[in-house]
Amino acid sequence: MTQLALVIEINVCVGCQACVTNCKERNTSGAAGPMVDQNPYGKDPTGTFFNRVQTFEVGEFPHTETVHFPKSCLHCEDPPCVPVCPTGASYKRKEDGIVLVDYDKCIGCKYCSWACPYGVREFDEAQKIMKKCTLCVDRIYDTQMTEEERRPACVRACPTSARLFGDIHDPESAVSHAIREAGGYQLMPEWGTNPANHYLPRRKTRMRIREDELERADNPLKIDAQLPKPEQSSPSLDDVTSW
Amino acid sequence: MHPAFSVIFLTTLIGVGQGLFLALFTAQSYALFDLLPQQDGHGFYAAGSALALVFLCGGLFASFFHLGRPERAWRSATQWRTSWLSREVIVLPAFMGTVALYGLAHGLDWKPVLATLPGGIAVDATVVLGTLGTLLAFALFLCTGMIYACLRFLREWHTPLTVINYVLLGGASGFTLATAFAAVAAPELTRFFGGWALIILLLGGVGRVASLLRNRRLRPLSALQSAIGIKHPHIVQTTQGFMGGSFNTREFFHRRGRLFLRSIRWLFLVGAFLLPALLLAAGFGGAEAGLPIAAFVVQYFGLLAERWFFFAQAHHPQNLYYQSVA
Ligand code: SF4
Ligand code: SF4
Ligand code: SF4
Repeated sequence: MTQLALVIEINVCVGCQACVTNCKERNTSGAAGPMVDQNPYGKDPTGTFFNRVQTFEVGEFPHTETVHFPKSCLHCEDPPCVPVCPTGASYKRKEDGIVLVDYDKCIGCKYCSWACPYGVREFDEAQKIMKKCTLCVDRIYDTQMTEEERRPACVRACPTSARLFGDIHDPESAVSHAIREAGGYQLMPEWGTNPANHYLPRRKTRMRIREDELERADNPLKIDAQLPKPEQSSPSLDDVTSW
Repeated sequence: MHPAFSVIFLTTLIGVGQGLFLALFTAQSYALFDLLPQQDGHGFYAAGSALALVFLCGGLFASFFHLGRPERAWRSATQWRTSWLSREVIVLPAFMGTVALYGLAHGLDWKPVLATLPGGIAVDATVVLGTLGTLLAFALFLCTGMIYACLRFLREWHTPLTVINYVLLGGASGFTLATAFAAVAAPELTRFFGGWALIILLLGGVGRVASLLRNRRLRPLSALQSAIGIKHPHIVQTTQGFMGGSFNTREFFHRRGRLFLRSIRWLFLVGAFLLPALLLAAGFGGAEAGLPIAAFVVQYFGLLAERWFFFAQAHHPQNLYYQSVA
C-alpha cells in the first residue's frame, strides 16, 4: 500500500516561511475555492493556512538553540479525526493514504478538529467548512505537469530542501531511506495516531580537526628529513618545497 | 476548550427534556403497578410530553447554531457506524418522535391493550411507547456523553464519569421540572417527583465532584518534548508562526483567568446542586408551586455554568503548539 507523506528535516529548516506562503498561494488559487482571510490589513488579521512554521528555543542561555518547526497535517495512518466525522466528509484515501476533507459534504461541526491532537485542521470562516493540508493532491497527480513539478507546493518552495516528499511504505524511496538512515521520528507517538509525516532530528554540525591533520604526515621529504624545514611563514612554491 | 453556547444549550436543554420524559414514564409505571394513583391522560402525560418536547426542540434549534453549514445537516446521519455525533443525530429525532407519539396517545386516549402481564396488568400502547422512549432517552444520554468521552486526548472527558454525569444531571433537572410541573398539574405527585429529584440530584452531585477530583489529579501526557520530538528538558516557543489569531487559538482555549474558572466552579456547585436541593427540600410535599419552580430555574442556570466549566476545563494537547504570539 502506498502512503504518501512529507519528511521534514528540522536540522535544515531555516524558518523562512517560504513553504507557508507558497502553500497558501497555491491552494487559495485552486479549484477548491479561495482560503479567504478576515481583516487582512486590520487590527486582528486571521485566516486559514494549511501549513505553519513555528520557532522554539531549546536550552537555557547561553546554551540555547533555535529550532524552526514546520507543521501541517501529518496524514496519520490511524487518523483519529476520520471516524468521528458524522458526515463522512473526512476520509483517508485507500490508494495513497492522503487524509482529505470533502468540502461539499462537510457541515462545519468542527468535531474532527477536536479529535486531532496536532492542531492542524483549520476552520474556514468564509466557506464555513473544515480545511487542512491536502498533500497538494490536485498537483501531484496532474499529468499536465512535468515529473519535477508534480510535487507539493511547499516542497518545491523550500530553498534548503528541508522538505522531502514520497511514499514511506516503499522501502526504497528517498523518504524511507531518509527515515531509516537519519533517525526519522513521529510527533506525539503517545497517542497511537501513527503519523505518516516524519521529522528528521536536529544535529550539531561540527568540524573536528586534529593537530596532526594540520601537517601532511606522509610528506616524503619530511619523512626523510633531507631538507631543512623552512619556517611555516616562509614563501613556498608548491607542496614539495613547503613544509 | 472554548465553550460554545450552542452546545451548552443543546446538551442542557435536551437533558431536561429527556429527564422530564423519564420522570413522566416512571410515574406511569408506578401507577401501572398501583403504587401511585392513576393520572388523567389528557391533563398530565400529554401536557408533560409537550413540555418535554419544547425543551427538546429548543436543544435541537440551538444545535444548528453550532454548524457552519446547517443546510447540510442531514448528511450527519450517515456515519453512525463510527461516529457518536452521527448516532446522536439519529437518536435525537427518534426520541423526539417517540415522545410526541407518547403524548398524543395519552392526549387522544388511544390506549389499545397490546398484552397482559401475569398479574392481570394491561400493557397498552402508551406503555410500549413509554418503554421505547425510555430506551431512546438513555441511548441519547449515552451518545451525548460518548461524543466527549471518546476523545482520548481530551483526558478530562475520557472517562465513564462523563456519560454517567450526563445521565444524572439531565435526569436531575428533568425530575426537578417534573416536580414543578406536578405542583401545577397533579399536586398528589409532587412528593414522588420531589423525592426522586432529590435522590438523583444527590447522585449527580457525587458524580460531578468525583469527576472534579479525578481531573484535578490528571497530569498531561503530552509535552513540548513529544510535540516537536526534541528531548531537552527546557523548551519554549518563541513564535507560533503568525501574529494574528487563528482557528487554533480561538477554538481550544477559554481565554479566561484562573480566578474566573474557579468562581464558575463554585457557582455551579452551588447553583446546580446545593441551592436546588435546598429549595426542593423546603418545598417537599407542599402544594406550593413556587419553590419547585424556583429550584428548576436556579438549577438550569447552574447547569449552564456546569456545562461551561465542563468545556473550559478540558485541556487540548494542540495548545502546546500555540503558546507564543510573535
Ligand atoms: S494530523 Fe490531525 S488532521 Fe491530520 S490525519 Fe492526523 S489527526 Fe487527522
Ligand atoms: S467539520 Fe466537517 S469534516 Fe470535520 S467532523 Fe464536521 S463534518 Fe466532518
Ligand atoms: S503539501 Fe500542499 S497543502 Fe500540504 S502543506 Fe504542502 S503545500 Fe500546503
